[in-house]
Amino acid sequence: MHFDLTDQYRPRPSFVHHLDPRVKVVLAFAFILTAGLMPIGAWSGFAALLILALAASMASRLGLAFALRRSYIALPFALVALPLVFTVPGEVVYQSPLTGWTITAQGLERFWSLILRSWIAIQAAILLIAATPFPDVLWALGALRVPRLLVATIGFMYRYFFVLADETARMLRARAARSAKVEGRRTPSPLWQGGVAGAMVGSLFLRALERSERVHAAMLARGYNGQMPSLARRAIRRMDRVVILAALLLLVGLLAWARPS
Amino acid sequence: MHHTIEVRGLSFAYPDGFQALRGVDLHVSPGEKVALVGPNGAGKSTLVLHLNGILRGQGEVQVCGLPVEDKNLGRIRASVGLVFQDPDDQLFSPSVREDVAFGPMYMGLTEDEVGRRVQLALASVGMPESAARVPHHLSGGEKKRIAIATVLAMEPEILVLDEPTAGLDPRGRRGLIRLLAELPQTMLVSTHDLRMVQELFLRTVVLDQGQVVADGPTAALMADAALLAAHGLEA
Amino acid sequence: MLASPLRMHIPDGFLTPAISVVGWGIAVVMIIVALRRTRRQLDDRMVPMMGVLAAFLFAAQAINFPVAAGTSGHLIGAALAAIVMGPWAATLIMTAVLAVQGLLFQDGGLVVMGWNIVNMGVIAAFSGYLAYTLARRLSGESRVAVMAASFAAGWISVVVASLATAIELAASGTSPLVLAVAAMGSVHALIGVGEGVITAAAIGLLLTARPGLLQAGATAPGGRTAAGILVGLAAALLVAAFSPLASPSPDGLEAVSASQGFLGLGQAAPYQILPDYSVPFISHPALTTIAAVMVGTLVVFGGAVLIGRLATRRQAAGL
Repeated sequence: MHFDLTDQYRPRPSFVHHLDPRVKVVLAFAFILTAGLMPIGAWSGFAALLILALAASMASRLGLAFALRRSYIALPFALVALPLVFTVPGEVVYQSPLTGWTITAQGLERFWSLILRSWIAIQAAILLIAATPFPDVLWALGALRVPRLLVATIGFMYRYFFVLADETARMLRARAARSAKVEGRRTPSPLWQGGVAGAMVGSLFLRALERSERVHAAMLARGYNGQMPSLARRAIRRMDRVVILAALLLLVGLLAWARPS
Repeated sequence: MHHTIEVRGLSFAYPDGFQALRGVDLHVSPGEKVALVGPNGAGKSTLVLHLNGILRGQGEVQVCGLPVEDKNLGRIRASVGLVFQDPDDQLFSPSVREDVAFGPMYMGLTEDEVGRRVQLALASVGMPESAARVPHHLSGGEKKRIAIATVLAMEPEILVLDEPTAGLDPRGRRGLIRLLAELPQTMLVSTHDLRMVQELFLRTVVLDQGQVVADGPTAALMADAALLAAHGLEA
Repeated sequence: MLASPLRMHIPDGFLTPAISVVGWGIAVVMIIVALRRTRRQLDDRMVPMMGVLAAFLFAAQAINFPVAAGTSGHLIGAALAAIVMGPWAATLIMTAVLAVQGLLFQDGGLVVMGWNIVNMGVIAAFSGYLAYTLARRLSGESRVAVMAASFAAGWISVVVASLATAIELAASGTSPLVLAVAAMGSVHALIGVGEGVITAAAIGLLLTARPGLLQAGATAPGGRTAAGILVGLAAALLVAAFSPLASPSPDGLEAVSASQGFLGLGQAAPYQILPDYSVPFISHPALTTIAAVMVGTLVVFGGAVLIGRLATRRQAAGL
């Protein structure tokens, strides 16, 4: 398993890329919340949100299908919601002759609403990370009052994940190189294999701990004393203000239109 | 004569009991470039970590005229630039610019001054266009240079480097040697690379088992085959 | 890195916005306390240590081992982190892991991240820690006792966290409570074995290589408050599942009517449940399922303590 963390970001000369990262983070959350607040069966509301997401994808010069292609990752979790199809009471659409379980129209409506909500929401998350370099996302979180120590910790995690993933990959490769199957001999029990995996985890942990001590020394050598330096400041431009206001109004408007109450 | 590094009778034992330094004396004058050599486990890295107060032992340590104690640590760390062996330990920010800016920002300089120093430091190490790059995309040699830049940005008086050429390919090594030759700071370099020592450093200190066993002109020490053999060194 | 039901990372849309906000509220409070406590514990080492260990945990989650027929066991890691660093530090580490997983890989949603942090961070870390310290106290000093306690911690952390996840899903009307608890509980009872084995083996290695590390973990802040936090969260979750806060989903609230069978159909009427039933909870099948999970937890815990005590006694007798 090899992840290249920066692959998520796609630099483009687009208007969306140039937006202040704070605006993008807030909008992503607002969009996801809006999707969550859309009532069950609000198909036109979902469609409108989807169109919005596609528009944003186009505006980011990422192409229409960019987020769509990547958004299937969460769908296996849908299994968890599948029972809704059977358990929500209402107008029966189909009854299984074997088990007597009934599928209702309301159940289907609920299920698909949930799936759509989730699928649409994930478009926003994908776009956010594709149009904003991760260090900028972190900066935005800090500027939006997420505790700086936490943001710094996440920054370190991001920075060192690659290094540690590499060490892990090397260990796994070494294990594979020494995992020969001999004709006529049984492969070792899961318990033994679990023990080996655990020992790998333990030694990686130690190495990580020792590395963190060295990083700490390097930070001390550059003057660190436990306080995080204050964030670089970035002016919010008129364009950013306009975009966020317009987008928020649009989302609220969509909700009002979609909710009959 | 005013020495910029003054170590007298320094002894240090790690928490597990291992006696890493036994009464080390070292005096370095401003502008001198000194090589520190010795076998693994001799105490080179341990000694180096005493120069900016990360480790504290018995004896006296003074840098740039300041005794290494808590109240001077801030100024000392701005004056002694320590470049560690593994650049991955040193490049801990999400982007090169942020890493090079860390030291000056920490010192409380204005954004303009920080920006100026970042530019200058990157130019000094021959990588002026690299500010936006991501550390884990850099090659080994590039990482070493950026690690040096992160320290240069603090405009230290003294540069201390731990194994700067370790792990570099011949091209990277040549580039680094050229860089070290150009930098004007007082320099103390701990290394196994004796060919680099002969090229760059007029004075060599040999450390073995926590003690200074030789301290003098590089040419003379390198010619002393018995000395080299006795301390696990090969020219 | 698929977000299958085998992983506990809830995607956006599977919890209602109201419940998601509550989750964030709890997560924020926990994170703030965790930052403060860990700061006191680690001082200026905190940021690099928590960050690099978070990177380690994320990378270690890739270390798997074959269990049976193509499935593999692997690690979540909250229990391991809690045993070595203490539960508050573990919460921070897991928060960093989940933040990067959610933001960068869409493994877990953004609006629901609060609950993911509470489940896989707070609940997993604290329940694992509690199990470990209690088991250790009861079973002694021997190496086997430490490893048995670690196994229990790993298993319990996964199962309890999955239980919480199931309750949240049910309270949002995403999944019928009985089914969610039964499915999540049983699947994670299996996955938990992998977590337990890896945790035990990892701790075993640390015990040999750096025994001082585990001593430090034992005195980390959070021990005394662990039980309090877990009880509080458990109460909150149960209230959420059975209260008007829960979405009007049939199964979260109604008692099973006999003619509808196992899946528990029925029209929801959130406010009816209180006046109609005096002691509704005892007969509710969801509670029976939850009770079953709790019993399983006690069995694992008891087993670990027993094994540990036997080993300690043998060691003390010089065998």
